[in-house]
Amino acid sequence: MKSTIARSWWWKITALVLLFYTYYEGFLGEVPRMPILNETIRNLYFHVTMWMAMLVLMICNAFYGIIYLNKSDLHFDLVAEESGRMAMIFGIAGLITGMVWANYTWGAPWVNDPQLNGTAASLLVYAAYFILRNALPDSTKRARLAAVYGIFAFVMMIVFIMVLPKMSDSLHPGKGGNPGFNKYDLDANMRMVFYPAVIGWTLLGVWMMSLRVRFRKMELKNEDQQ
Amino acid sequence: MKINNNMKQYLVLFVFLIINLPSAVAQEVEMGDVMRSEGKIYVVVAVAFIALAILSFYMIRIDRKVSKLEKELNK
Repeated sequence: MKSTIARSWWWKITALVLLFYTYYEGFLGEVPRMPILNETIRNLYFHVTMWMAMLVLMICNAFYGIIYLNKSDLHFDLVAEESGRMAMIFGIAGLITGMVWANYTWGAPWVNDPQLNGTAASLLVYAAYFILRNALPDSTKRARLAAVYGIFAFVMMIVFIMVLPKMSDSLHPGKGGNPGFNKYDLDANMRMVFYPAVIGWTLLGVWMMSLRVRFRKMELKNEDQQ
Repeated sequence: MKINNNMKQYLVLFVFLIINLPSAVAQEVEMGDVMRSEGKIYVVVAVAFIALAILSFYMIRIDRKVSKLEKELNK
């Protein structure tokens, strides 16, 4: 991420405006009346969006890993690491919000669902990414290994949360014979809130990531000067 | 005739059922309509907005502080 974009305000303000819109329409907007789901269908704007933000940040992690391997500039490694960290935070948020939702619609916080187990496994794969980083003291070697492992972790994540649950039975919509949200649940009204919500939460995640990158860069600079 | 009268009643009942069927199905799903009609949902929105506003304010503050530190370090 270029520092000029990291310092500009327009996309940060966009993120906040979209989040306020999400909160307003999320509580007051029209939603389809569905049995079992009832009003909890509004969780689409607050739970599913966590996963979307996580997904984008994990793409950033793999993408900046590849850029690091091309350019050998440690700045890109820093961006990759911090995107991975923010992805973990959004993933944990998605897991916890999903558990609350599942408790009231599926009857238990953790059902033996391939989607749930897959996301837990992919979060563990990303936890291993940070363990790997901490195990290597040499910064260039660490960056190179982490970049390669990051690409591997991304592929594993895609398999765990997007391929495997589709092949077996899952309670999630769109998986294992269950109809997807966009079949008939996600009507035009909800779509008008869902997409801005995804963009808003993702931009917030990128904002937090960029702040951490800037902070870490100053830390490194301070260490060099001393 | 008595049978004709009975049939008429059934017909009325049938038509009544047909007309009311969609609304009967729609009301089966329980939603937070009471909360909405009482306007209490605005309290929820207000609380959520305040929480989000404080978070946004804090994010902007951290961003400003980081920018300030960056400027000082680059001097």
